[in-house]
Amino acid sequence: MSRRVRLVVFLVGAGAVAALFAVAFLAMPPFGRTQHLYRDLAVPAAVQHVTANVVSSVNFDQRGVDTFGEETILIASVAGAAALLRPAKEETERRPPDTGRTLEATRLVGYLMLPVTLIIGVDVVLHGHLTPGGGFQGGVVLATGLHLLYVAGSYPALDRLRPLEVFNILDGLGAAAFAAIGIAGLAFAGSFLTNIMGFGSFGQLLSAGTVPVLNVAVGLEVYAGIVAILAKFLRQDITVVSHGDAQEDSE
Amino acid sequence: MTVLVALSLTLVAIAGGAVVLTENPERQAVTYSLLGLALGVLFLVLQAPDVALSQVAVGAAVMPMMILLAVRTMRKDQRQRRDEEDS
Repeated sequence: MSRRVRLVVFLVGAGAVAALFAVAFLAMPPFGRTQHLYRDLAVPAAVQHVTANVVSSVNFDQRGVDTFGEETILIASVAGAAALLRPAKEETERRPPDTGRTLEATRLVGYLMLPVTLIIGVDVVLHGHLTPGGGFQGGVVLATGLHLLYVAGSYPALDRLRPLEVFNILDGLGAAAFAAIGIAGLAFAGSFLTNIMGFGSFGQLLSAGTVPVLNVAVGLEVYAGIVAILAKFLRQDITVVSHGDAQEDSE
Repeated sequence: MTVLVALSLTLVAIAGGAVVLTENPERQAVTYSLLGLALGVLFLVLQAPDVALSQVAVGAAVMPMMILLAVRTMRKDQRQRRDEEDS
């Protein structure tokens, strides 16, 4: 395709998108008003299923299939990163060099924040149906929290604490658990991801039926997935050397 | 409330501009992280704490980390290719 044709294709596409945007924005309800059609439908539905955090009810109960699709995207990107970042033929892994250049202050704050961050992550996952948060946010907090170990200065420690094969399996297990809960809904109530468990009472840890269970599944998947992606980048950067490059000091 | 929304929108605009004007990708990861934080504040002010949490966790922490690591991986690759051409 020549430059000219590409430009024409782009301009036609961009024009169409701009027109659609204009039409959509003109039909949108005004910003900051008190009437809200979606809220009027979503809040009663969440209350009916005893889910204190309406956003979690929307994500994991009312439109759980969307969330399932999002999970699949994460799995796909983990697989993509694994394929792109695998050590090539002329590369070998070696033991990472010991770099002792971390500031004492960084080290201290890293080690102090590590347990705090991990506890906050677990808390965010487990209380997703009660307070803001949930499996996705908590999983990301857990994954970044774990990397404080690297920031605080010890790649070998991080490497020992997260065996990559285990995390690849955990990633798949989380997604499989989500699908299994969905299929259970299909089997017992006739449609995928139906909330089939007891709803309990408002504000309790065990309430909202399948929502907290799905949150834990998503938390596991996101945690393992992000750790696996970052691990592949880190391995490529720190431990993989191409032949002929071995004598060079890595930064 | 309107003042807070206007303030955090301005903050997002400034941070977004900073990301665009940063040319070095490594530095861009840092400004991008600030943009993630500013967006988190905006979402919180707009009463969407769930989205704010994801935004701060992903936009301010994970994404900059991945950008930095990706840039380093590519730099290493380029350096190796240059070395091969030289020898």
